[in-house]
Amino acid sequence: MTTELSLDLLADDTRMDLALATPIVEISNLSLFYGAKQALHDVTLNIPERHITAFIGPSGCGKSTLLRCLNRMNDLIDHVRISGRIAIRGHDIHDPQQDVTELRKRVGMVFQKSNPFPKSIYENIAFGPRILGTRDRATLDEIVERSLRAAALWDEVKDRLNESALGMSGGQQQRLCIGRALAVEPEILLMDEPCSALDPIATARIEDLMLELKQRYTIVIVTHNMQQAARMSDYTAFMYMGKLIEVGLTRKVFTTPLEQQTEDYITGRFG
Amino acid sequence: MPVHLVREIDKLKQMMLSLAAMVEDNMRFAVKAVAERDPNLAQKVIARDHEIDRVEVEVEEECLKIFALHQPVANDLRFIVAILKINHDLERIGDLAVNIAERAEEMSRFRQPAMRTDLLIMADVVQNMVSESIDAMINRDLKQARDIWLADDEIDARNRAIHQDVGREIGEHPEHYETLLCLLSVSRNLERIADHATSIAKDVIYMIEGEIVRHRSREFRAINSPQSHTPRP
Repeated sequence: MTTELSLDLLADDTRMDLALATPIVEISNLSLFYGAKQALHDVTLNIPERHITAFIGPSGCGKSTLLRCLNRMNDLIDHVRISGRIAIRGHDIHDPQQDVTELRKRVGMVFQKSNPFPKSIYENIAFGPRILGTRDRATLDEIVERSLRAAALWDEVKDRLNESALGMSGGQQQRLCIGRALAVEPEILLMDEPCSALDPIATARIEDLMLELKQRYTIVIVTHNMQQAARMSDYTAFMYMGKLIEVGLTRKVFTTPLEQQTEDYITGRFG
Repeated sequence: MPVHLVREIDKLKQMMLSLAAMVEDNMRFAVKAVAERDPNLAQKVIARDHEIDRVEVEVEEECLKIFALHQPVANDLRFIVAILKINHDLERIGDLAVNIAERAEEMSRFRQPAMRTDLLIMADVVQNMVSESIDAMINRDLKQARDIWLADDEIDARNRAIHQDVGREIGEHPEHYETLLCLLSVSRNLERIADHATSIAKDVIYMIEGEIVRHRSREFRAINSPQSHTPRP
């Protein structure tokens, strides 16, 4: 593993200060309504580049809704209304000129339940690049190998690329889905409860993989598993009833949270 | 908080309170043994230290169990960390009480010179510091914790004064040097007990505020002290 180890925590805190970190995503005054019901209230949040940011909070607090805003997955739901602004590298993703497919290529997503296509392992990875116009077999081979390596899956499946993806274990399927997202070279990877259906060993592999991936990608993860948020993320955002209550360095949020609501939630006093 | 974690934390508090009670008793008996030149009482203090050591290990095991099984965070995390450290301080205070008891045994061979009043006063202040540091932990009392930190300067000053006086007396009454050296040692051990009480107070501040305040005495005094103090050597 190539995670950086620093012994100077104070310098780390300064370097990683959310106010000073380079944001890849800037969310300003974001509100979201499902019909008459408001699911997000005036959320303002920066997501720093090439770090892991975790959204935590009780069920229904809006964390998955917020995550899905980042690649406009909520567009697929009827009666959704959004106000406020989300900018990726300074560019408003709700700009009428924005090509949504292009956005979703840049902002990949991995879901709670692994959802490989009922096709071969190879075809699962090659699917995205093909849709985006890559036809050349050698280039596709190269993308498949690179993506499977990045998803820490290559050694396990290189001899059975043409077998069905559905024959893989749950943990392998989830890594395949991560590989599939990486095949189109996104900048940001959204992960919605990626390990909730996995056993501890498969979970550990995904977590190791996330630490590898954050060297190159920005990762945003929604998790109910507080220990996972604590050990994996650099920044934690706590949400409650559609509001962003607190965001900061994970190290701080889990030892000395600023808000009582955060304290009560992470220590299990409510939620 | 899950009910089982509440129970574990309550149990830990009870264990700490009984450990603190044993340590405070032993400290008081050790000073009494010195004052009354009572070797039997001194022996009792030494024998009871094994019990303190045993409970210290139990408290530590209990803390480790909570870390492993409950992975506490925030307030709970800081509480368990503070307990782990305070536990160690209490055990050290127990050892220093044994040191004092051993001096009492030595001194029991001599009737002169009499116990010094200044040393008794110092012992009294130190004992209060220890019991107040435990009160501050249980009641989460920030002010009390800060007051203990400030009181440490007073103990350092008393220890220095006793050293000067006793040093002079050794010159004047060299025939009493063995007892006088014992009294010096008692003073030094009391001063170290006060350091541990101060360390407990600092852990209480960490537990409440989440800020590690060790090694910041100068800064602390500048803000909190009503008058200027001589910095420690």
